[in-house]
Amino acid sequence: MRIALFVTCLNDAFFPRVGIATVTLLERLGHTVTFPAGQSCCGQLHANTGHRAPARDLERHTEAAFAGHDVVVSPSGSCVAHLRAHTRLPVHELSELLVDVLRVTDVGARFPYRVTYHPTCHGLRMLRLGDRPLRLLAAVRDLELLPLPEPEQCCGFGGTFALKNAAVSGAMLADKCAHAVATGADYLAAADSSCLAHIGGGLARRPDAPRPVHYAEILAATGPGATG
Amino acid sequence: MTPPPGRHLPIVAATPFPRAAAGALRDTQLRATLGRATRTIRDKRAAVVAEVPDWERLRERAARVKEDVIDRLPELVDQFARAATAAGASVHHAADAAAANALVTELVRARGVDRVVKVKSMATQEIGLNEALAAAGVTAVETDLAELIVQLADDTPSHILVPAIHYHRGQIRELFARRMPGFSADSDDPAVLAGAAREYLRRTFLSARVAVCGANFAVAETGSLVVVESEGNGRMCLTLPDTLIAVVGVEKLLPRFTDLGDFLRLLPRSSTGERMNPYTSIVTGVTPGDGPRRLHVVLLDNGRRRIAADPVGRAALRCIRCSACLNVCPVYERVGGHAYGSVYPGPIGAILSPQLTGQDAGHNATLPYASTLCGACYDVCPVKIDIPAILVHLRQTGPKPAAERAAMAWLAWTMRDRRRWRAALRTARSGGRPLRVLTRRHGGRLRRAPWPLSAWTAHRDAPLPAGESFRDWWRRTHDR
Ligand code: SF4
Repeated sequence: MRIALFVTCLNDAFFPRVGIATVTLLERLGHTVTFPAGQSCCGQLHANTGHRAPARDLERHTEAAFAGHDVVVSPSGSCVAHLRAHTRLPVHELSELLVDVLRVTDVGARFPYRVTYHPTCHGLRMLRLGDRPLRLLAAVRDLELLPLPEPEQCCGFGGTFALKNAAVSGAMLADKCAHAVATGADYLAAADSSCLAHIGGGLARRPDAPRPVHYAEILAATGPGATG
Repeated sequence: MTPPPGRHLPIVAATPFPRAAAGALRDTQLRATLGRATRTIRDKRAAVVAEVPDWERLRERAARVKEDVIDRLPELVDQFARAATAAGASVHHAADAAAANALVTELVRARGVDRVVKVKSMATQEIGLNEALAAAGVTAVETDLAELIVQLADDTPSHILVPAIHYHRGQIRELFARRMPGFSADSDDPAVLAGAAREYLRRTFLSARVAVCGANFAVAETGSLVVVESEGNGRMCLTLPDTLIAVVGVEKLLPRFTDLGDFLRLLPRSSTGERMNPYTSIVTGVTPGDGPRRLHVVLLDNGRRRIAADPVGRAALRCIRCSACLNVCPVYERVGGHAYGSVYPGPIGAILSPQLTGQDAGHNATLPYASTLCGACYDVCPVKIDIPAILVHLRQTGPKPAAERAAMAWLAWTMRDRRRWRAALRTARSGGRPLRVLTRRHGGRLRRAPWPLSAWTAHRDAPLPAGESFRDWWRRTHDR
């Protein structure tokens, strides 16, 4: 299948390894990935901060960049939710593409670590990803999945909320980090690099904390040491 | 368009939310009390909602009925007024808080009393009725236990349904000892405290000649008022005094009596996590020999018709004040109700207060930002108000700092052109290079950044732009 990748602006600039993992995974499964170079940002940040006009520009821009593509995938739950609400693009979050469209749960990955999974709010409540990411992770060889306490609690990121309401965001982050540490996992996985940047930034300041990882990186891995 | 009412009312935040919230966060006792309380109600609600197989259908139907009410407000107000008048009530219309307060004060004065008993009501809190009555020399005694606690403490409520949620029982015992005449118990057992309050209130009920209440629902077809409660204090207020004055927001209307069924199933499960509430009172006009001899209904607008004209914001008028959204809100759970600066706190407060007053009132424009948009409130709302969507809508229509506007416009301008975006990524990458070297110790993350990013690094490390952007990697590996 020909699949167009919407990598997201955040992954493009800060976490290219998430995009690379998505490409590696889909190519390993025998699909052709394309990267429409006109893409940049879906406009979510602008819209949610209250700036409708620039958001609309970016939504239209993204729609144009992906015109003519029948299947679009993105490794970001929140961007997919935004594009679904504001464009007509046939866009799937990665786990939706794998489980619902490509109908695979065992993607042939190996990741010999203990992993806990945080279902981000957009994945949980807007896309209703359900247990798709967990099913994918459960099929990874040598991976031990540890349950995260109070998983459905927001991590406190919320885009510019993290800056505008830094104190509340920090308090929510502290609770999420404490739960993550309590699992004793090596890695904390999630479906959104933005939440991961926030949680990972908090975990980095704690001893014995799991390291943040996008679940696409786990699915792309075929042995130890495959991720940063 | 009429100017927004209620500029100085108990629905105007005097402090920007971020500052009030940061203050509340420092109170660790409050956080522990709130965390425990909200978790308990949350779990109870989830359990009893799970018992109802057609919950989603109920929500859909209730949302549709409320949308119809918002569509036909003026018509239903007329219908209610006609039906209630025919049943023996006097119906008054108040355009704003000042008008409502003046009306109620006049009605109380006409009875020649200096004390009224009150059933917990959000509408009377919204207009600051107790304060208005006090200014006219009339004492309003709250008869709901939690509301009484807040009143005795000269405090303000911090939750729609559990106004004293921020108190623990030791504080309540101490308060009763100080402020409740005749209280002597040295126990902080909840049953003992409730018993003492009951004694105190009984005396008040038996001597009161005027009661003031709100209504959870008002039925247009029959002119009936419906009051839902748990303690029985409402039933006493509605039946013992010979004059009853109800202050009712116009959005409380329901078209038909049969509409009540769905709402009476949705409300208790959503609010207290009970299958059914202990007391549901329905008052239709005046019945000789039974209940109050005079019934006044004050139908309150106070900005509601203006909100009804906003295609997105109007859904806030569906609210039945169950407070389920407060109990699941991760922000409310940590900062409590007072940080919202309004008698309407939490997610519903963040969309209701700024709409009732207009966003230029006090610091109400900071309220729509008091959310991560996590969506937990929308999931539990029994009338399916898409609170995150309204928050975003209010952000988009509200005031924004000029610098932020400029930054967002620049970012969008850069991002919607392939060459400009690529150049920006390259600049970010080379700008980040020295930082990447310096921060190697922290795994390539930034521990401290200058303002405004210091707000980020105060709580967490910041990521740095990668050494090679995704598109450069793609170019190198795929675009040969
Ligand atoms: S907005 Fe919905 S959940 Fe919140 S109080 Fe109103 S009805 Fe209840």
